[in-house]
Amino acid sequence: MLTIFHYLILSFLLFSIGVAGVLLRRNIIIVLMSLELIFNSVNISLAAFSYYLQSLNGTVFVIFNITVAAAEVAIGLAILVSVYRVRKTVNVEDLDEMRY
Amino acid sequence: MDIWALLVIPLIVSVFIALVTRKNEELSSYLSIGAVVIGFLIVLPYLLKLPGDPHMHPIEQAFTWISIKGLKIEMGTLIDPLSIIMLFVVTFVGSLIHIYSKGYMHGDPGYSRFFACLSLFIFSMLGIVLSNNLIMIFVFWELVGLASYLLIGYYFEKPSAADAAKKAFLVNRIGDFGFILGIFVIYYATGTFNFIEVEHHIAAGHVSSGTLTLAALLIFCGAVGKSAQFPLHVWLPDAMEGPTPVSALIHAATMVAAGVYMLARTSFLYAAAPDAMVIVAYIGGFTALMAALIALAQSDIKRIIAFSTLSSLGYMVLAIGVGGTGAGMFYLMTHAFFKALLFLGAGSVIHACHTNEIWEMGQLYPKMKTTAVTFFLGSLAMMGVFPFSGFWSKDEILSATFQSGNYFLFAMGILTAFITAVFISKLVVVTFFGDKKYHGHPHESPKVMTIPLIILSVFAVVAGFAGFPGLEPNFGTFVHTAGAALGEHGAHAEHHFNFMVASLSTIAVLGGILLGWSIYSRKGMKSDVMAERLPFTYKFLENRFYIDHIYDTYFVAWIYNGLAKILNYIEVNIIIIFIINGSAYTVRQIGKGLRLTTTGQLQNYAFVMVGGVLVLMIIFAAIL
Repeated sequence: MLTIFHYLILSFLLFSIGVAGVLLRRNIIIVLMSLELIFNSVNISLAAFSYYLQSLNGTVFVIFNITVAAAEVAIGLAILVSVYRVRKTVNVEDLDEMRY
Repeated sequence: MDIWALLVIPLIVSVFIALVTRKNEELSSYLSIGAVVIGFLIVLPYLLKLPGDPHMHPIEQAFTWISIKGLKIEMGTLIDPLSIIMLFVVTFVGSLIHIYSKGYMHGDPGYSRFFACLSLFIFSMLGIVLSNNLIMIFVFWELVGLASYLLIGYYFEKPSAADAAKKAFLVNRIGDFGFILGIFVIYYATGTFNFIEVEHHIAAGHVSSGTLTLAALLIFCGAVGKSAQFPLHVWLPDAMEGPTPVSALIHAATMVAAGVYMLARTSFLYAAAPDAMVIVAYIGGFTALMAALIALAQSDIKRIIAFSTLSSLGYMVLAIGVGGTGAGMFYLMTHAFFKALLFLGAGSVIHACHTNEIWEMGQLYPKMKTTAVTFFLGSLAMMGVFPFSGFWSKDEILSATFQSGNYFLFAMGILTAFITAVFISKLVVVTFFGDKKYHGHPHESPKVMTIPLIILSVFAVVAGFAGFPGLEPNFGTFVHTAGAALGEHGAHAEHHFNFMVASLSTIAVLGGILLGWSIYSRKGMKSDVMAERLPFTYKFLENRFYIDHIYDTYFVAWIYNGLAKILNYIEVNIIIIFIINGSAYTVRQIGKGLRLTTTGQLQNYAFVMVGGVLVLMIIFAAIL
């Protein structure tokens, strides 16, 4: 029997993997993908709570999140492509213009 | 409502000239002249109604300006005979001098600035006259100080003018310090700033006589500064650095008379403080005599008239001090006419000769007849020859002094009249007659300058009849009833025409004229004969009793070398180096350290963020 805890554990694992990806990977595309993981871990917990509380609010929120995430990925990838064209690199450590 | 317009129009014009029409000099001058002429037209109906209704009830309009717990300050206007007369003097003489300035200042690089300052002055002066409370009068009091500063320092590229402006401002500050302390004393004693309410409190005997004397003396300090009484008179002669119309308007006819007006406005206070009145009378009498003596040994035409102004102001203060408020105000009015006339005449002469030295003029009468005749009429009025205006007004002061029973002051007054006659005749003789000493080709001034002279000379001749003893109601009645309408009774004795006093002063004046004329009309005189005959006296008088010298040596030098240096040290070392540079240095060092955290590495930021969230989670976990 699946309980809310299983969902939350899944969500937590996804979240942790996402955070680890953001912090540790050097390839900016992987970082972006890790951000999506974090996003979706939140979506999973929202859906789980929505079911658990028998309220549609969470579900509606998830739909919105997916829409926004789709738009955000589209823009993010577009930026990354143009960054790559200019800089010929996707390494986060090399993208450090905004410094002292 | 028209009264508020009277006050506000000059301010609007002043700002408008400064911001908009500065480039268009013609328009600026017409705007400024228009503002003061409109003011005169607003005042005129009030003035004309006055003889029919000498017991008019004061009209007071006020709104609350500042209201905080336990303190209410009003902005308001008070129209009574006293303020109407003063409004008339300011706007009428002001109009003529504005028109005259249009000619006199022609071609000056700061033409528009001059008229902007002049309108600012008219605004501030009307504010003083209209004030219905002490705080408002103080605010406008400072504003005329500012206007005076700007106009004395009009030729600011000249160091002497800049210094004179600074001196006038600082010396006035000393007097104003006393003035504001006096205002506080009155507020402390009565709980109000409003003139009429203060008067009711004092009339009801709520205030102890010691407090009254203190308040009266402190307020008198303000008048000592503004009306240039001894020992703060030193700024007025230097103020002649300003353009001549300014000397006529501000430093002769109106602003310096503001001190006398303020004393007249608060005369209920002095009536209740006889001890203070004695001091006021002596300071006035002494200033009158001292200034007349100093004027004997001056050779700059404007300075001679400036010292005669000091002397006249001394007369007015003397009048207030012996309880003759009406006489003082009467003299103020006639003085405004003939002194403005003398200054404008002097301006016309300076305009023609390009020098201020009377020993470089002489024989100007054939060259500039209008100026000479009007100047001559003005000086007759100034000396107080029957039946010119100065005779009637000076006579009122002298008889008020005589009736007060202070014969020493009376003798000083007569002596002053005698000396005045001597130096004024010298001025007239040396400038317009005597030997020809001028260079170049002096010529009569344009009509825009001579017409104001003619109008002023008419008033200088006939204005005295406003106080003609047989006339009822005459001038004295207005100002007396100004007090009576406010609930004051018997503060001033009626001053009847005193034949003995009149003949004494006439003898003194005629003697002075004869003496002055006989000494200075001799042929071949190149410089002052007094300098040869009485070298020590002359030197003493020429150096103005060495009062400026004493101030410079003992106060100014002490301040420059002592106080100013200490303050400079504190400013440079503590304020600038420690506080200002120190705080800037600290902030810069902190910034230098903090900027190292901006690495540009996204993952560093993310790491800090995650770490922060973890810390928060731990804290919440610990709390729950």
